[in-house]
Amino acid sequence: MWTLIIRRMLATAPVLATVAVVVFAILHVAPGDPAAVIAGDQATPQQILDIRAKLGLDLPFRDQFMLWLNNTLHGNFGTSIFSNQPVGLLILQRLQPTIALTITTTIVTVALAVPIGVLAAWRAGSWIDRMLMSFAVLGFSFPVFVVGYILIYLFAVELRFLPIQGYRPLEDGFWPFLQHLVLPSLALGMSFMALIARITRASVLEVLSQDHIRTARAKGMSVRQLLFSHALPNAAVPIVTIIGAGVAILLGGVVVTESVFAIPGLGRLVVDAILQRDYPVIQAVLLIFSVTYVFVNLAIDLLYVVVDPRIRY
Amino acid sequence: MADTVAASGQGTRRSRRRGLLWHARRNPSMTLGLAILALVILGTVFASRLTHYDPILIDPLARLKPPSAAHALGTDVVGRDLWSRTIYGGRISLLIGITVALLTTSIGLLIGLVSGYNRTADAILMRIMDGLMSIPAILLAIAFMAFMPASIITVVAAISIVEIPRVVRLVRGVVLSIREQAYIEAAVISGSRVGRILIRHILPNTLAPLSVQATYVCAAAILFESLLSFLGAGTPPEIPSWGNIMAEGRTYFVLAPWIILAPGFMLSLTVLAINLLGDSLRDLLDPRFARRL
Repeated sequence: MWTLIIRRMLATAPVLATVAVVVFAILHVAPGDPAAVIAGDQATPQQILDIRAKLGLDLPFRDQFMLWLNNTLHGNFGTSIFSNQPVGLLILQRLQPTIALTITTTIVTVALAVPIGVLAAWRAGSWIDRMLMSFAVLGFSFPVFVVGYILIYLFAVELRFLPIQGYRPLEDGFWPFLQHLVLPSLALGMSFMALIARITRASVLEVLSQDHIRTARAKGMSVRQLLFSHALPNAAVPIVTIIGAGVAILLGGVVVTESVFAIPGLGRLVVDAILQRDYPVIQAVLLIFSVTYVFVNLAIDLLYVVVDPRIRY
Repeated sequence: MADTVAASGQGTRRSRRRGLLWHARRNPSMTLGLAILALVILGTVFASRLTHYDPILIDPLARLKPPSAAHALGTDVVGRDLWSRTIYGGRISLLIGITVALLTTSIGLLIGLVSGYNRTADAILMRIMDGLMSIPAILLAIAFMAFMPASIITVVAAISIVEIPRVVRLVRGVVLSIREQAYIEAAVISGSRVGRILIRHILPNTLAPLSVQATYVCAAAILFESLLSFLGAGTPPEIPSWGNIMAEGRTYFVLAPWIILAPGFMLSLTVLAINLLGDSLRDLLDPRFARRL
């Protein structure tokens, strides 16, 4: 089994390499001089020269890439063109809100979506099923920022239950920290929840039609035990897979959610960097998000063995 | 699709005679999707008949007015009529959605066919596609936008780059399953050239799942355009698109929530309609292939 785990890990190498090339090459896709593009329309020739020297743009393309790769692998992400601070430091300062948001969202989403999916599968065809699945289609269609503003309007502006925007670090106390994360997590989790609920329903429905479920029911097992200790574990592989795939939605959604709720996280950092064309920051955050995605999915692949011991790769 | 019709033979011919109403009642979500979509398309095409306000005409005396008889959805910070902006904004969204759907399905189909049939090309192409898919879609698109001149064409290109790998995967999957079929082997033995096999025997099988995927791509593209514009990296700000209108309303949300909620609602409704259409198309054509993952 170990050889297989190692082989799966090695398989991420070409993907990571492609990610690195794409992330690096984005700057060079644009027509014209990259240094001039970064400097913007009102730049003086001297500013353009400075940027070119700072980013090593006067080197040949291959050398530039190797230099950047070498630095990145050593944890040196360069300096921001605008704030002149090390990119690594900028990222560290913004890490906590983003991690907090993704974790609370994942917890809320999985805790709500899996029971919803199981319920819909158990009552397949009934009005409960139809209602839950219509809700899932709605969740797909309402984008993060629209849901975010609707939630802000209802719970913060009209009802005044929760703060409108902003973020409180954990050090300021757990309650304010949580209060500021409720609406962002719900907004961010909406489409993710819809996705998981749909897959859970389909997957559990398939298991419920099998013989061992009928046997268990005939022996008089309670519905709850039947659903959660027989049906759900057998249906777990597709659900776990979709949770992994959904991390991409989540990481992308973080960028938008942080903008809507004015949360000073990595997403906000990269959007600001993109609007200012602060290239080293863009590269670093893009790379971090992509590498996170690749590793989460690697972890999920390895988790299959735990979820379903029949899988031995 | 031809297969589906042929397979159900008699039944299809009979059901065709049953008329529109019978079909509408049998497939409520498709009817609902089509109805909403038809309304949105008609509304945006005939936008000039539905309002007498110019979507970009500034009226300093009517700034941030709530919905009223004069302005059905209120006005924005420089007094432009929001109803007018919203229906004109739909033009951009639908245009981008349809263009991206056509572009990505044709390019994705081409790459997918090659990738599914040629192992060497497959190895290279799929690594690139996997890499592209590992970068969160929104980030890839805005990063691309950051270094390109802002225009509708750039927006279409950015969204297409993100969506093409998904189409390629789908087509490749279909090709891989079809090429093992006995009739392909028969075609190879009887001396058909690769191009002919791909176009005559494999391509038709991809069309059903591809058309379902096209609806999802269209919905995703409309969402993406709004997202990019909302973040300030999309359609040039002087063009009223749903995302741009919402972006302008951000600062005044507490004061004038209608600026964001009106185009946001239209956007969600349109995407919902296209998704409903896609879902029912999928169930209709072939439930096995186009699972939305």
